[in-house]
Amino acid sequence: MTTKTDTGTTPLASGIGESPIRPDSLPKLKGDFQYVQDLSMEGMLWGATVRSPHPHARIVSVDIAPALAIGGVHAVLTADDVPGRATFGLEHPDQPVLASGSVNYWGEPVAVVAAEDADTARRAAAAVVVEYQVLEPLVDPERADRQNSVFRRTRIRRGDQDVSGSVVIEGFYEVGTQDQAPLGTEAGLAIPDGFGGLDLYATSQFVHADQEQVAASLGLRPEQVRSHPGGIGGAFGAREDVNLHIHVAMLALHTRQPVKMVYHRAESFAGHVHRHPARMWYRHQADETGRLIRVEAKVMIDGGAYMSTTGAVLANACYFAVGPYHCDSVSVDGVGAKTNNPPCGAMRGFGAVQVCFAHEAQMDRLAEALGIDPLDIRRRNALSQGDPMPTTGQIIDTPLPVTDVIDSLKAMPLLVAEPGDDAHDLPGGSGRTTEAHHVRRGIGYALGMKNLGFSEGFDDFAQARVRLTPDGATVETAAIEVGQGLVNVLAQIARTALGISRARVEHVDTSRIASAGSTSASRQTQLSGGATFEAATNLRRKILEHYSADHLDDLGVWGAGELVASLDEISSAGWEETVTFRHPPTFAPDEDGQGKVHADFAIAGHRAVVDVDMGLGLVKVLRVDTAQDVGRALNPQAVRGQIEGGILQGVGLAIMEELVIDQGQIRNPNFTDYLLPTILDAPDVEALLIEKQGSWGPFGAKGVGEPPTISSTASVAAAIRMASGRPLNRVPIRPQDIVL
Amino acid sequence: MIIEFTINGTAATARVMTPASLLDVLRDQLGFLGSKSGCEQGECGSCSILFDGELVCSCLVMAGDAHGSDIRTVEGLAQDDSLHPVQRALHEAGAVQCGFCTPGIVMAAVDLFEGNPSPTRPEIKEALAGNICRCTGYGAIVRALEGLARATP
Repeated sequence: MTTKTDTGTTPLASGIGESPIRPDSLPKLKGDFQYVQDLSMEGMLWGATVRSPHPHARIVSVDIAPALAIGGVHAVLTADDVPGRATFGLEHPDQPVLASGSVNYWGEPVAVVAAEDADTARRAAAAVVVEYQVLEPLVDPERADRQNSVFRRTRIRRGDQDVSGSVVIEGFYEVGTQDQAPLGTEAGLAIPDGFGGLDLYATSQFVHADQEQVAASLGLRPEQVRSHPGGIGGAFGAREDVNLHIHVAMLALHTRQPVKMVYHRAESFAGHVHRHPARMWYRHQADETGRLIRVEAKVMIDGGAYMSTTGAVLANACYFAVGPYHCDSVSVDGVGAKTNNPPCGAMRGFGAVQVCFAHEAQMDRLAEALGIDPLDIRRRNALSQGDPMPTTGQIIDTPLPVTDVIDSLKAMPLLVAEPGDDAHDLPGGSGRTTEAHHVRRGIGYALGMKNLGFSEGFDDFAQARVRLTPDGATVETAAIEVGQGLVNVLAQIARTALGISRARVEHVDTSRIASAGSTSASRQTQLSGGATFEAATNLRRKILEHYSADHLDDLGVWGAGELVASLDEISSAGWEETVTFRHPPTFAPDEDGQGKVHADFAIAGHRAVVDVDMGLGLVKVLRVDTAQDVGRALNPQAVRGQIEGGILQGVGLAIMEELVIDQGQIRNPNFTDYLLPTILDAPDVEALLIEKQGSWGPFGAKGVGEPPTISSTASVAAAIRMASGRPLNRVPIRPQDIVL
Repeated sequence: MIIEFTINGTAATARVMTPASLLDVLRDQLGFLGSKSGCEQGECGSCSILFDGELVCSCLVMAGDAHGSDIRTVEGLAQDDSLHPVQRALHEAGAVQCGFCTPGIVMAAVDLFEGNPSPTRPEIKEALAGNICRCTGYGAIVRALEGLARATP
């Protein structure tokens, strides 16, 4: 049979480019939505974790007898009880499931317990007696570097290394440790299946990676572990690594009962990886017109005690060390230090955030030295499609609208009133301590660039299945909805590709579909969206072919204006299509860091307006306006949600969010002392979406989650520098940095 | 001790065995899972409820103190399919992302609008200052509630 001329699909009000209300909005507003924290089962036990109070110590002995003696305690497990691989890790399995012989960071798990209720479990954990011989912790990453205690070193050399420019700007920059602080803490429920395997419901960004790591450490075949996507209270990178997953699974198999574990907030801070703190040295050389001649950078990030994703974060920091600018002579050296500080890993922006703070400060200083406008100097050096990356030399083959971003920022009206006397609008917020005549205003700009999807030759793929059912189309995926709206956008893609207005997303476990990869690296709209688009497109084509038809819509298939078969009729035939989508291949770099390392890029720019109280060092961020390269906005409302939320996390890193780590110990593991931006700290945001066709994402879409967080921090820092006249080479910027 | 109170208009009884918080009793004993636990110290507002008409963080209320009280939680707002105006406004503005803060945001906003049907933008921000949202940047929440304030005569 041959297909008649395909008439294409009809645009739908719930398809791409529209902002239908997300399907989980209603249950979330009514309190009905089920998060992993809310799961329970008959006969369920509660787990708790024994953690090291020392950042570095030898474990002399572990006495579990006092814990076992407590009524209601069913199990106390230590490293000796790990049935399979003793370690786990996303890049390299170097982290013990439970510490054995030594502990290497503050809060490292040493034992786990299961008991009949949460209180008993916690009492039992406190009753385990661990004798430590305390050792000196290695907490200085520079000392770690000298001792060659590193996870990875990277080296980038591109172009003639002997050129020089007439203007030289040198600087040292530092970024403190930020926490993702998702509002839902870690939670997990493991249910033994009675055949030696189990079902795992846990807060996760990547259920197939959990499945693999849990199975390895439990000595099971992967298919014996079914890892289920669960209701997630935010993620931002904190849920890419395993934390309680193996523990809760071990306890469930050992006790042959379901076991649930939920971290308290303090335990959550110790229990997940953080954004890497960074120290960076830069030297920019330019000619008198502001054109970059040479950029040199040394980037040191502290990975903490175990590897997690430190290798990839470091590589990213180095690849984006120059920013979205041309330069034909580049030298970058990176070190990912291994210390006894808390392990660091993924957080929104993944290495690009740290270097952006530094390269944008350098660009501003260069502009100042030459008397050039900060946006003009950026425009003069702007990268675009067809150019080589300054670091890797990779030719950028998708649209990179850097000049559009700059021109948009320049053209956006500055909607901000002069500082007034209303205390609500002044720095200090509810403290109301600022006087208007102490306030100075600043405006700062920054651009940030990042890769989309996984890089360096990683086989990055996502599988999705589209089925027709009597209720419409169903998209099956193991990709995780963390709050970003994937549950909406995959359905929108399926609707538009099929031409059917009814489609929904079903999150299925690891036994029912292959991996969708991680919900990270801004990748799911492009990767799982790409798989969904291809599956839906293939399905539609096959149905049209089967019925010799030319059109499919909510009523059914049509041929030459006649209804050939109703949607009910087609649906009952069990049509389905499964697609594994891969982005264009990437490759490991050569010894000079050169090569096609990345699959796609995104760029955003931010303009921040701040008022600074020079007497008290308080900052009010009034506005952060942005222009962002999104390829195609598949759901403009969700894109705006990502932009506004991402900007506020960037504002947090600029002026308030920092884990205080003293001799390896987190001193502020709670929301009273780790300050998160409230509604009173949130700036107004005007967002301009730049849509350029040409990316390989579905309908030309690019990932949008990370760019808002990359340059927003740098723009706020630039604005505070302008207002205060201080160099401010470290974020978060504290009051004393402004006043003293 | 046994405590008796009213929750969303219905009598409830709970046996309080340990120094539990009201949030623990609501979630673990009575199955009112809409109120969330985010920080256990009254900073994030995810567990916000109305306690004898007053907005409180239920994680900071000792369960024993709830004896004889009248409690409203997020589960008590919508009648069948008809949402509370605050819920509808947030729904239509796309103000929900991960949703973990949402029940607390809803309760704080209900408390605001019941006392002041047309609050100003600063009043909205002041009223929600005790609720942390890590996803939205608050923009859609402010737009939703400003829209509701304008729509209320």
